[in-house]
Amino acid sequence: MIQIVDLHKSFGIKPVLQGVNLEIRKGETLVIIGRSGCGKSVLLKHIIGLLHPDSGKILINQVNTLALRGEALNQFRLKISMVFQGAALFDSLTVMENVGFLLYEHSELTRAEISKRVREKLRMVGLHGVENLMPSELSGGMKKRVGIARALCSEPSILLYDEPTTGLDPIMADAINTLINRFHAKLDVTSIVVTHDMTSAYKIADRIAMLYDGKIIALGTPDDIRNTLDPVVKQFITGEAVGPITDRERKFAVDEYNNLGDI
Amino acid sequence: MKLGTVRRMTGLLHWMARLGAKSIDFFHEAGGISILFARTVYTMSTTRLRWSQCVDQMNRIGVTSLPLVFLTAIFTGMVLALQSAYQLRYLQAVQFTADLVALSITRELGPVLTAMVVAGRVGAGITAELGTMKVTEQIDALQSLATDPVRYLVVPRFVASFFMLFVLTIYADFIGMLGGYLVGVFKLDISSSQYIARTFDALVLKDIYTGLIKAFVFGIVIGLVGCYFGFKTEGGAEGVGRATTLSVVTALVLIISFDCLCTALFYFMF
Repeated sequence: MIQIVDLHKSFGIKPVLQGVNLEIRKGETLVIIGRSGCGKSVLLKHIIGLLHPDSGKILINQVNTLALRGEALNQFRLKISMVFQGAALFDSLTVMENVGFLLYEHSELTRAEISKRVREKLRMVGLHGVENLMPSELSGGMKKRVGIARALCSEPSILLYDEPTTGLDPIMADAINTLINRFHAKLDVTSIVVTHDMTSAYKIADRIAMLYDGKIIALGTPDDIRNTLDPVVKQFITGEAVGPITDRERKFAVDEYNNLGDI
Repeated sequence: MKLGTVRRMTGLLHWMARLGAKSIDFFHEAGGISILFARTVYTMSTTRLRWSQCVDQMNRIGVTSLPLVFLTAIFTGMVLALQSAYQLRYLQAVQFTADLVALSITRELGPVLTAMVVAGRVGAGITAELGTMKVTEQIDALQSLATDPVRYLVVPRFVASFFMLFVLTIYADFIGMLGGYLVGVFKLDISSSQYIARTFDALVLKDIYTGLIKAFVFGIVIGLVGCYFGFKTEGGAEGVGRATTLSVVTALVLIISFDCLCTALFYFMF
């Protein structure tokens, strides 16, 4: 359904994605794991068209989304929703206006119909009676759930989650995982979840991909990943402080220091 | 080559590199602001204006700036009258205070001082608001919800700033002249009717509309620069602070530069 072909992206002189190739099947939940700052969120933002790659292609249902502009891009974005890391709720709007934003802007529904739809989506994420609150009055977990309700409001076929459990207590994190699983079963959406929380990854994933050094270095079911022999993947999933990932980072730091000396 | 010469040449090269980098930055920012201006005008001409948002911004930019503009204008008018009288009394021409105040306020100080206080108050506010939206991914969220940030965020602020600077300048002109009147009548012993008559005699339509044309230009500058630096913000709270400072400084420099340019143009044109 979604094909990412040889995606490259650099910010200034720093390469972030260096040839990402990935295929996401219709209706699956794919979890992308990797170190903080390795480019997971950048990859998600490419899929939804918020960033443009230096080279490569993203095909969704055989359509090259990177070529879309203007109204065609807007129509594409109505079918794909993203849950942002910090929820990214609009500070100046109430919960009702946040969740129903897309409907107020892009649908012919009446206010009463939008209000009904918003309440329904808020109920789906386990919230009620918060419609008239401002985002500043919500807790971290509630903000995440409102963010998920906003993403669900357009009834998308693809849902992207950027670190949905980061910054939450374990109980709330598990509640979010349960929600993601429930949407997957009930709504038949294709989900891509970016996280470095392995508990979450094992619980929600149909398949897990690991992004390292700008490339996908491992792809498989949770069991495949759990039983991997790859030392890099193994260090990441077990959370060991010493191993090939940290050795390489240390070597880079030393090289950079030496290069500074040359200048 | 001697060591001193090498050092001097290296220093010169570093200085030239810095100058080059600053020049590139300048043209980069100027280009960015121009592109945002073009996109804003294009969006305004191709999409429906969201009047409720424009009115809300007009309230935030215009109505809430009235007290500050009032204080700035009335004190400037009073100081101008006192300083003019200080010189004119040697020529036994204190009654010309009214002429000086009216001309200085309408042609120059009304639009420029209004623009400066609004740039400090509103321009900084726009950058801080949009900058915070940028660093908390709200602008990305807006795009992901199929909404153009230029249409949703820039156009209402641009329209409000454009019209409100014009209205605030008329207000500042009036209040500034009122300040001059108060000093003229109650301190310099010019009769009320004489002060008002001299003010009307001194002013011609050209003085008023050249000042108001400047107000439109300053309105564009404040709205655009505020939004541009807001969109460019990176790096959390510190980045928002940096962008806000840069936005106000750039707006002030542009206001003074465009003031000079407009004055020169009007001088040669009319």
